[in-house]
Amino acid sequence: MDSEEALDRLPVAVRDLTVAYRDTPVLWDVDVSMPEGKMIAIVGPNGAGKSTLIKSILNLVPLTSGNVTIYGKTYKAQRSMVGYVPQRGSVDWDFPTTTLDVVQMGMYGKLGWIRRPGKRERDVALECLEKVGMASYANRQISQLSGGQQQRVFLARALAQDAQIYFMDEPFAGVDATTERAIVDIMRELRESGKTLVVVHHNLETVPEYFDWVILLNVRVIASGPVEEVFTREAIQKAYGGRMTFLPDSVGEPSGPLRRAESLGD
Amino acid sequence: MLDLLHDVIFDYTLRNVALGSALLGIVGGVLGSFAVLRRQGLLGDALAHTALPGICLAFMLTGLRTPLVLMAGAAITGWIGTLIIIKVVQDTRISEDSALGIVLSVFFGIGIVLLTYIQQSNNANQAGLDRYLFGQAATLVQSHVITMAVLGGAALLCVALLFKEFKLLSFDPEFAASIGFPVGKLNVLLTSLIVIAVVIGLQTVGVVLMAAMLVGPAAAARQWTNRLSVMLGLAALFGAAAGVSGAMISVTASRLPTGPMVILCMTAIVIVSLLFAPERGLVWDAVRQRSSRRRILQGGPG
Amino acid sequence: MNAEQTILLTGVFAASSCALVGSFLVLRKMAMMADAISHAILPGLVLAYFLANGPNLVFGVLGASLAGLTTVFLVEGLQRTGRVKSDAAIGIVFPALFALGTFMISRYFANVHLDADAVLFGEIAFAPFDRLIVAGVDYGSQPMIVLGAITVLNLALILFFYKELKVATFDPGLAAAIGFSPVMLHYGLMTAVSMTTVGAFSAVGAILVVALMIVPAATAYLLTDRLALMIGLSVGSGVVSAVSGYYLAVLIDVSISGMMTVTAGALFGLAALFSPSHGLVARAIRRSKLRERFAADLLVMHLSHHRTAAETFDSLAAELNWSPSWLERVVNRSTQEDTIQVESEAVRLTDNGRLAADRIAASLEPAR
Ligand SMILES: Nc1ncnc2c1ncn2[C@@H]1O[C@H](COP(=O)(O)OP(=O)(O)OP(=O)(O)O)[C@@H](O)[C@H]1O
Ligand SMILES: [Mg+2]
Repeated sequence: MDSEEALDRLPVAVRDLTVAYRDTPVLWDVDVSMPEGKMIAIVGPNGAGKSTLIKSILNLVPLTSGNVTIYGKTYKAQRSMVGYVPQRGSVDWDFPTTTLDVVQMGMYGKLGWIRRPGKRERDVALECLEKVGMASYANRQISQLSGGQQQRVFLARALAQDAQIYFMDEPFAGVDATTERAIVDIMRELRESGKTLVVVHHNLETVPEYFDWVILLNVRVIASGPVEEVFTREAIQKAYGGRMTFLPDSVGEPSGPLRRAESLGD
Repeated sequence: MLDLLHDVIFDYTLRNVALGSALLGIVGGVLGSFAVLRRQGLLGDALAHTALPGICLAFMLTGLRTPLVLMAGAAITGWIGTLIIIKVVQDTRISEDSALGIVLSVFFGIGIVLLTYIQQSNNANQAGLDRYLFGQAATLVQSHVITMAVLGGAALLCVALLFKEFKLLSFDPEFAASIGFPVGKLNVLLTSLIVIAVVIGLQTVGVVLMAAMLVGPAAAARQWTNRLSVMLGLAALFGAAAGVSGAMISVTASRLPTGPMVILCMTAIVIVSLLFAPERGLVWDAVRQRSSRRRILQGGPG
Repeated sequence: MNAEQTILLTGVFAASSCALVGSFLVLRKMAMMADAISHAILPGLVLAYFLANGPNLVFGVLGASLAGLTTVFLVEGLQRTGRVKSDAAIGIVFPALFALGTFMISRYFANVHLDADAVLFGEIAFAPFDRLIVAGVDYGSQPMIVLGAITVLNLALILFFYKELKVATFDPGLAAAIGFSPVMLHYGLMTAVSMTTVGAFSAVGAILVVALMIVPAATAYLLTDRLALMIGLSVGSGVVSAVSGYYLAVLIDVSISGMMTVTAGALFGLAALFSPSHGLVARAIRRSKLRERFAADLLVMHLSHHRTAAETFDSLAAELNWSPSWLERVVNRSTQEDTIQVESEAVRLTDNGRLAADRIAASLEPAR
């Protein structure tokens, strides 16, 4: 087990984590550590508990057992180091607000009670929108954005949080190839500046290309480690069980055609 | 017209009626906006109905008809009703909408039982509790208006101070929790403010129609703007306009109960907003559709 | 038939006719739509009164059904425009129609029989005096006869279309696929709701009609999973509420219809608390048992996962983030099950426990 000091330098350490919604266990005795400065994929079939893992790290669901530390301390103490991109479908996009306003919400935590966002927050938000290529949409009502644009806005909001660790729940869902590229570029930039990114990802094909580290999850952790070591055919099959008839032919091997594992998953 | 204006300023009753109904419109509009955005429009309906037994019980226990006492009773049973709805939805297989219907109708039934009990027990002081069913603005006196102003002012102050917190809570509660907002407590606070908005309106609009004073102004205001702050302002304005005009009609033309008049004025505003608001107006949809059809018929894009 | 019998029978018919349609409203999550309809039929009634120049049964039923269907159209139409959500659509439409109705009453019929309070809570005690007289012949209490007829009608409707209603309620897609239109059934049901509301209106008023439709049906829904039984139970609990409500109301001299609602609410409360299958108490017991079962499994898994020879109480409590007392409870249970043993403060798996761990691991699969 890690020494106390090592734990301090670990962005996320999950120990013996079990989570149950009502009567059904969703995560069982999960132990994972996430290394600093890496792009980390959480991969697994629908209902595997990927979102739940992120939510339990962010203290959004009660834990049945175990604990989570962020750089050695509780989430509560380290909240300002964390940025979050929820699943896009989790909000009502007909809400009366503008793109810029949503991005500013990323700074509400640091603003504290009662204080309103001012000029400085506005500038930061515009800068973040610029980074995701959405500056010209700053004053758009959010219902007028396409799915990919909404996703970029959520990313910009997370950027505005100015965090050390980012958690992103399916940032590529319903996004076209161009936007996916743009989002990956931003993620890489973040990684270069030493941030840690934890991303729920569905496309097995692109895991080796995008990510350094992978956590294969299906209620329990099936495998966790550097992509080239643990992202093997065997581990994927174990995570997806019998539900995957097609296997990406050459996962774990250097080249070869890959297929979307999820295409037959549901 | 000028006469009426003169009266509103100088006539004691009319002044109270105008102020009281404006207040209820403003507070209902602002808090109703949050209720509507959080898809809790019908919770307001349930809350208003659950207030009836509270009003009766408060009267039975204290023998007083002071608005503050009755409002307190209404708020307490309103809260109990809300808690039951939450509990039933969370822990039984009953759906939210049945839970609302159950609490609303059963509490109203209890209210009717208590009302008839008070009426037959021959209490000389009892007269007038049933005005809470449909509202009777003409019975507003200055002390009522002051009570309403204090409560409503406090509620509006809360919204002004916690505007950004309530906005995020309504838009993305999960994100709000992730950055450390005490989401549970904010929820309780916002619901309590909605209770206050309902309670303020009871004497003027009545139990039965109060829900519309939460939903109507918000739905109308949403049509005209894409910004929450503007929406709150407009909802307050619409609420006040409907409140004052409805109450004025009711007081000047005798025998018309206030609640229905206020709601009819409100409905007019809602219809105009739904149809003619720029951008979101339904009429423009129809116009756009027709002109694009014509373009297609005439061959090729215009 | 004396007055008391008439009132009782009227109440029983009101409760049964409401409960029959109510079961489907609860299952289809349309309780608030019923609430909206019950308010919105008022202008229809007034219009009918106006056209027929007085109370007229046929006009009344027609007018109210029309108003009820209008409500459904308006609410669903508003929702489809995408400008308002469903709750707001209901919250806009029914107050508007109800306000229109009360306005018409107080403006044009201020002195006549229709008054706003009666609309809200009805007066079943008048049922014996409201006679159905056709061509000079007195056939009996009009509300009683009308409600009896509606009960028979609703019963026939449900018996006749039972299969269709069942499929359309639980699987609208399948219903459309095998050839009957869920839309037709939907509007058929809404018509039945409107007619039942008109019938029960004069007896129990707008809001308490909703109580009789929703509350007994919800009570039944907490007691059974079978549709036919649910309909039966909801009629049963409706009738019990009506009868007991009547006697209680007479006893303390309060509104009969109000008291019927209160007793219906009390029955619902009892079912919500004590239903053996879906009640809060049974659920809490089941949950706490499950929680312990689950914790015992977790302990076994944890010990097997870490493959350490033995763990102390303190380290276990820290790792699992459990309170010492909860840990002790779980350890006691597992010791009894012979999956673990405790020796000098150290907890270790038994052979039996290792088998159990393998079994649990094999059974872990995501929900779908
Ligand atoms: N709020 C909740 N209440 C009850 N059960 C829930 C809740 N949220 C999730 N679940 C259940 O927990 C399990 C894991 O859900 P989770 O959302 O974590 O899966 P996921 O891996 O993110 O799936 P997906 O790929 O579909 O997003 C599922 O079986 C789901 O049904
Ligand atoms: Mg998910």
